[in-house]
Amino acid sequence: MNQVPLIHILFLSTALFFVGMYGLLTRRNLITMLMSVELILNSVNINFVAFNRYLYADRLDGVFFSLFIVAIAAAEAAVAIAIIINLYRNFKSIDVEAADEMKF
Amino acid sequence: MSASAVVFYILSVAILVSALLAVTSRKIFRSAIWLLFSLTGIAGLYFWLQMEFVAAVQIVVYVGGIVVLIIFSIFLTQQSGKDLPKPVRRRAVFAILAACAGFVLTCMVLRGYAFPSPAAGGGPVASVGSIGAQLLNTSEHGYVLPFEVISILLLAAMIGCIVIAMKTKPDKK
Amino acid sequence: MPNSVYIVLIPLLPLAGFVVLGLFGRRFFSRSAGLLGTGVVLVSAVLAVWVAWRYLGAGWTDGHFGQYVPVRWNWLTFSPGISIEMSIILDPISVMMIFVVTFISLMVHIYSLGYMKGEPRYATYYSFLNLFTFSMLGLVLAGNIFETYIFWELVGCSSFLLIGYYFDRPSAVRAANKAFIVTRFADLGFLIGILILSFHAETLDFRTLIERLTQPGPLLTGIMTASFLGISLLSWGLVLVFMGGAGKSAMFPLHIWLPDAMEGPTPVSALIHAATMVVAGVYLVARLYPVYMYPVTDASQVVLYVGALSALLAAVIACTQTDIKRVLAYSTMSQIGYMMFALGTVHYSGEAATLGYTAAMFHLFTHAFFKALLFLCAGVIIHRVHSNEMTAMGGLRRALPLTHVCFLIACLAISGIPPFAGFFSKEDILLAAWNANKPVYYIGLFTSGLTAFYMFRLYFSVFWGRPMVGSGDHGAGGDHGAGGHHGAGGRHEAGGHHREAPFTMKLPLVILALGAVFAGWVPFSRLVTYDGVPQAGHGIGVFSIAPVTVALIGIAIAAYLYRVVSDRPKRAAVAFRGVYQFAYHKFYIDEVYSFITKKVIFNLIGRPAAWVDRNIVDGLMNFLAAVTARIAVGIKGLQSGKVQDYALYFFVGIAGLAIIFIYIYT
Repeated sequence: MNQVPLIHILFLSTALFFVGMYGLLTRRNLITMLMSVELILNSVNINFVAFNRYLYADRLDGVFFSLFIVAIAAAEAAVAIAIIINLYRNFKSIDVEAADEMKF
Repeated sequence: MSASAVVFYILSVAILVSALLAVTSRKIFRSAIWLLFSLTGIAGLYFWLQMEFVAAVQIVVYVGGIVVLIIFSIFLTQQSGKDLPKPVRRRAVFAILAACAGFVLTCMVLRGYAFPSPAAGGGPVASVGSIGAQLLNTSEHGYVLPFEVISILLLAAMIGCIVIAMKTKPDKK
Repeated sequence: MPNSVYIVLIPLLPLAGFVVLGLFGRRFFSRSAGLLGTGVVLVSAVLAVWVAWRYLGAGWTDGHFGQYVPVRWNWLTFSPGISIEMSIILDPISVMMIFVVTFISLMVHIYSLGYMKGEPRYATYYSFLNLFTFSMLGLVLAGNIFETYIFWELVGCSSFLLIGYYFDRPSAVRAANKAFIVTRFADLGFLIGILILSFHAETLDFRTLIERLTQPGPLLTGIMTASFLGISLLSWGLVLVFMGGAGKSAMFPLHIWLPDAMEGPTPVSALIHAATMVVAGVYLVARLYPVYMYPVTDASQVVLYVGALSALLAAVIACTQTDIKRVLAYSTMSQIGYMMFALGTVHYSGEAATLGYTAAMFHLFTHAFFKALLFLCAGVIIHRVHSNEMTAMGGLRRALPLTHVCFLIACLAISGIPPFAGFFSKEDILLAAWNANKPVYYIGLFTSGLTAFYMFRLYFSVFWGRPMVGSGDHGAGGDHGAGGHHGAGGRHEAGGHHREAPFTMKLPLVILALGAVFAGWVPFSRLVTYDGVPQAGHGIGVFSIAPVTVALIGIAIAAYLYRVVSDRPKRAAVAFRGVYQFAYHKFYIDEVYSFITKKVIFNLIGRPAAWVDRNIVDGLMNFLAAVTARIAVGIKGLQSGKVQDYALYFFVGIAGLAIIFIYIYT
């Protein structure tokens, strides 16, 4: 662990974050957008854990943050799935490109 | 280059590649599986960082819960064998540009910041017992309040999901 | 001195009449408008006479009639020196003019009671007449040159309204437009002249202006040394001011509007285009007389030659016209030309200088009487014959006896036969010309012969010769200058013998005829001179032999040609064929103007200007609007309604802000 500088882990999490952002902006399916959001949340998790381990090794704050994030992510994913199912029942499609009623 | 560094780099490559494949795959089921691999890789990373509890939670909740939930929803909403539509060309270009720009920007900012070097001999403090004790600690550095709030949140989320996803009975015959 | 309240009332009463009749005339005063209008002018006339009486008595100081400014009110100040004040100036000519204006206006108001009776827009007519009276009184009483300009424009506006009174006739509308546009164009020169003079003299007040431009001093040297195209600015200013006067007084070449202005009702022609408005130019030059007198400028030469040329030209044209009102219009132009060249004789010598001024003002005074009389008689004749053309008239001396006598008196007056009014004033003018510039004297002499000729041509053609077909006939003559005569001039009795005219129309004829006879006996040169010092008058003497003889010769020729209907006029016209054609077509001046405006101004200036306005100015605006619209359409596309697009914009914004705050705004 001492051989890998903190900043490399931060690069990893940053890259993961932006991959997730790319997916969020590009994917046309609501479920795949949800997956991208999960990637983003995970990248943040990595950050917290790495900071905890490298900078504040005697405390546990980072761990708690990541635990709470996981819990909240789970709740959010569940609600999102419920919404997707509801939308599918009503419109028979979950293509996000079709939802442009707020267009000019 | 010690073995742990090699392990780290292999893990990180695995995570990133899986993530990329997850966001670009044309078939939705495969995308879900790639996500699963990515999350598992992240759990491995936690193990490598000697945060076993977090890794376990990652596997149990994320991989075992959320990804499974996603797969269920895939089954419920569409045929998983069908190809996903290609992304809008203009938006994909701009998104790639934005992502790369953002990545570069963040890296530059990170480089400029001097992180203090890791504490020497940072032994594992994160044992399950200490986590549990700290979680319910009411004194300083205690997290009992967020713990309670999260429980309420989970309750609300549960009720919300049920309400949203409930099939309304048809009123008229 | 008379109480200044009464003086101010003189113009303000007709203004009140205008406002009341204009606003409420149609509803409340549709029948009594004439009485109200006439009453107002009657009071003004009485006040004017009273002011004149008091002025002649009390205005006498140190052996001359002084200039008094009883009322002064500062309206607009541009700088400590130059400010537009509304002030009233009383001096010999302004007192004379208020008397003339109110008196003739009163006569016309009374005459119109009968002439315009039964007109649908009776109240409007009287309100316009009152407006005109107010404007003209304001003009002659103005003590500030800009105030003169304001009233000048008001007079032009009243003239426009009155010429175009029968607005459903396109010829009347065209004539009103023509009058207004030509005089407005002349007023451009007037305004520039005002600006030049007032800028250099640093004042707009008449007394101060004249003082500064005639006494040697820094301001006078300044304006005389400054020059533009080789002519001193003082000359430019005076000539431009004269241009304004020439437009209003129908001097060549700005005279084209006056004959067409005869489209208005005949009383209007009598008031405005014979006796009062058209002499405004003469009045203006007289007001600025000391400056025109200043020997170094050539402005008075311009006045002299323009006046003489107009007099001659108008007289020649009048010999050929067949419309009675147009003959009278050209006669007016000719007589005003006399007044102008009398004022222009100032350049030459001391004695002639002051005589020219007095002579011009005297002629203005007498001309008002006999010209108004001529027009009012013409109104009676036109109503009788229902046509303006001389060819439809003849042998009317039995049918219209009073008119006949009055018309004859007026013709004798205008021809300069003693002892009628015109003789004295015309003799003074010719004397001034003789002392100054012999060629102009000969022109004046010849023109007075022509005047006698064409006036008596008119007289004999109308009142002698063969009576035209029956008196109940509605002649088919061209323009009806007296249109709209529902009840004017009396009722038609069965059997064809019409009453000549109602009392309200006969009374002014009689009064004006008395004026035409006796006005010449007023000791004018004792009262009105340019510096107020009385001068000895000139009675009948050796000098008057030539003019009277020439006039008698003219009358004799006219009698020979026209007293009995024959073909002698036609043979005379054939003999002078070239000149006759030119004169009959008014020397084609109207055609020249029409050519200049249509081919030169419209095509070369108007059309390109319109093109620039439409394509470049509008085009620029349209281009800006189009660009804005295109940009808007482009931006509109950002609002796609898709969440992912919005998320992208979010991120771009955040990244931008982050860059700014981290790197630039450290």
